[in-house]
Amino acid sequence: MATLDSKVPKGPIKDKWTDYKDQINLVNPANKRNIDIIIVGTGLAGGSAAATLAELGYNVKAFCFQDSPRRAHSIAAQGGINAAKNYQGDGDSTYRLFYDTVKGGDYRSRESNVHRLAEVSTNIIDQCVAQGVPFARDYGGLLDNRSFGGVLVSRTFYAKGQTGQQLLLGAYSAMNRQIGRGKIKMYSRHEMLDVVIVDGKARGIIARNLVTGEIERHSAHAVVLGTGGYGNAFYLSTYAMGSNATAAWKAHKRGAFFANPCYTQIHPTCIPVSGDHQSKLTLMSESLRNDGRIWVPKNMDDVLAIREGKLKPTDLSEENRDYYLERRYPAFGNLVPRDVASRAAKERCDAGYGVNKTGEAVYLDFAAAIERYGKEQAHVKGLDEDDKAVIDKLGKDIIKAKYGNLFQMYEKIVDQNPYETPMMIFPAVHYTMGGIWVDYNLMTTVPGLYAIGEANFSDHGANRLGASALMQGLADGYFVLPYTIGDYLADDIRTGPIPTDIKEFDTAEKNVTEVIDKLVNNNGTHSVDYFHKKLGKIMWNKCGMARNEKDLESAITEISELREEFWNDVKVPGNADEYNEELAKAGRVADFLELGELFAKDALQREESAGGHFRDEYQTPEGEAMRRKEFQYVSAWEYKGAPKDAVLHKEELVYENIEVKERSYK
Amino acid sequence: MKLTLKIWRQKSANDKGKIVDYKLDDVSPDMSFLEMLDVLNQELIDKDEEPIAFDHDCREGICGMCSMYINGRAHGPDRSITVCQLHMRSFSDGDTIYIEPWRASAFPVIKDLIVDRTAFDRIQQAGGFISVNTSGNTQDANSIPISKYAADDAMDAATCIGCGACVATCKNSSAMLFVGAKVSQYALLPQGQIEAAERVQNMVSQMDLEGFGNCTNTGACEVECPKGISLDNIARMNRELMKATVK
Repeated sequence: MATLDSKVPKGPIKDKWTDYKDQINLVNPANKRNIDIIIVGTGLAGGSAAATLAELGYNVKAFCFQDSPRRAHSIAAQGGINAAKNYQGDGDSTYRLFYDTVKGGDYRSRESNVHRLAEVSTNIIDQCVAQGVPFARDYGGLLDNRSFGGVLVSRTFYAKGQTGQQLLLGAYSAMNRQIGRGKIKMYSRHEMLDVVIVDGKARGIIARNLVTGEIERHSAHAVVLGTGGYGNAFYLSTYAMGSNATAAWKAHKRGAFFANPCYTQIHPTCIPVSGDHQSKLTLMSESLRNDGRIWVPKNMDDVLAIREGKLKPTDLSEENRDYYLERRYPAFGNLVPRDVASRAAKERCDAGYGVNKTGEAVYLDFAAAIERYGKEQAHVKGLDEDDKAVIDKLGKDIIKAKYGNLFQMYEKIVDQNPYETPMMIFPAVHYTMGGIWVDYNLMTTVPGLYAIGEANFSDHGANRLGASALMQGLADGYFVLPYTIGDYLADDIRTGPIPTDIKEFDTAEKNVTEVIDKLVNNNGTHSVDYFHKKLGKIMWNKCGMARNEKDLESAITEISELREEFWNDVKVPGNADEYNEELAKAGRVADFLELGELFAKDALQREESAGGHFRDEYQTPEGEAMRRKEFQYVSAWEYKGAPKDAVLHKEELVYENIEVKERSYK
Repeated sequence: MKLTLKIWRQKSANDKGKIVDYKLDDVSPDMSFLEMLDVLNQELIDKDEEPIAFDHDCREGICGMCSMYINGRAHGPDRSITVCQLHMRSFSDGDTIYIEPWRASAFPVIKDLIVDRTAFDRIQQAGGFISVNTSGNTQDANSIPISKYAADDAMDAATCIGCGACVATCKNSSAMLFVGAKVSQYALLPQGQIEAAERVQNMVSQMDLEGFGNCTNTGACEVECPKGISLDNIARMNRELMKATVK
């Protein structure tokens, strides 16, 4: 039986990473030329890793399913990236960022990894500025910061509401430089369908060219997965339509343990569902909670009148509104962490106070901020501070300057003007903290197979703080993996090129081809989306914001039945040897149908509430999450043929540098 | 609402391609344009016909993947949006809608509404970067103050999503708005100065090599750009090119 060894270096936490770097094996420049690395996924993690490893001299082959590496879904991240620069002089430090991240993750992440993340966070900002990333600046020409949920300092760097885009384009530009030099060979519109293991080591992948349908063999000395999260198991989410877990799941089936699948982030501020045709959900950045106040009506009569259109939210007086986050969490108010804010919205909507037709929406209101900014501006400009029209105009100008693109996006989708009436928002699946288990080196339980960025599990525990995903993706790709992978590859300097005409590649390719043939020849009666939507409903209703034993048990049964139905009855039009999006989708949904069941199984065994995982049975009398000491471990699942047979391994989490206490935002 | 759709179907790059008519009976004004196509595709699959291939991914207007010519306009009616942000409330019951792929010789059709835009990647590979290795020893991010105005202008240029609407809209299939935006981003920042001359020359010559046309200042690209990238960027690129070549 495989055992988990996190390989955390010895020594004080502040010195671990430095000492580690001093002691690892290095590969000399001449030998790097003889070593190949495959990187799957070209988002912030994969893109930054590909560029950096190519700069170091390795031969990199990078793969993405989009038409260009620039389109990976990191591009959609809006709000910002955290770094412990302390440019604001407000008391930030590496330790603070480490502390906030561990606490924000509800004490379910690995201390040493998080500390390393906080340490390299400042390098990321330096690197990105050097690349020409146009971060927001103040009038003195220095970098500006904003504040995000769950912290008491301003450490978030941003580029309007498009920070992910700018950071990704930075990584993409670094990749382009290496593609131009021939050090990265880019395979876009390619999907990885299996990882090939030779003598116990990851030595290549099987990929499908999505344009021609051709199945290709690619070998390397190490394989890196930067393939993102699995939130699309819920069908509706803020992920891109193509975001999928196939690479991660295939790796799991080849021996990589899958950790904490039940830890999912459900983001509090998304545009509510409008109908059955809905294909995806749109996020409204967390930065809006800096100025927006969240509320529902206090009285049920008002709720009903609003739903029937007889009452406008703006007509409701202050005393008839329930600003429930400010009421429940006076210290953090509207800036509580995401899991807390989402659950509080669900609590109000479950109690019947939802403000749209479906009863699944709360208000995010900017009227108070417009008035406050308006008065400030009127004062500054020497205008009448009691003139409502003046204040309204000045206040709206400020809000427009800060959030204009988000307000415009909202108006396009909902057809309501958020400057005049409060936004309606509801939580939606947004990020997965769980993922492939990795050790301190970011290596999975398969030697030579690495997982970076959202694809791995390690840094965010049970809940991720805002603006930390971009930080982790770039930390892994720019500053961590390039060291740790060298230590492993130092043993491969004499290996020579890995051949692809060996039996391991034959077998892997045969397996892939068989599945594809089965799918295109199935001639069932229902489309892929039919099954995906059904899976999404089960996941959302039974494995969503709050879970309980009964629901989880029935989810496991229902998902496994749905999976059987899928394989008997799915209909995939077209052929395997052409561009065929339905075929690509079918393969991804087939994997979600397995992953979803493991997800429920993991949630069922975790008899506690922590971060994004909330069990109805384990809550405090005030309805807060109840963590339990006996669950202070990472659950790492080993594949054994079917999700129900997966074997649980536990990595105990030890906190030596931070006191584990009640996570309170009151 | 009821719609008649006239959609370009083309099996592969070498196929001739033609417009095919489809009817949809029950379209909700709250649907996005792509969700309307999802409904059509679902009907086609149910009827054992091949669904319409189109590029799409983030569906929130930032990845730049979606790319359709709708009633003769890139990304359809309405300003400053991509197709995925276009909602059916912009159309009326009984409308006929023409849907075609981007048209440009540098963007060959792959299938139906999908075109190959790797020419854009190759232009970036020719010089769309600052040559700085990852080290952790680059200087502190605040060591060079940058005027807020320059940083904001660089950001406005950098918001380009690389969708190709500018090329598709231009009667010359010019990519100068796209290239100008990238050249401008770096030209406006101190970090971009060292390689400025080579960058603009390399990117422009790759642009020409890919078969994109020249700019004749009609300004159609700026009108159709979902991110409102300004023509100023083309002027700046020309200025940079002039600076680099006249010594």
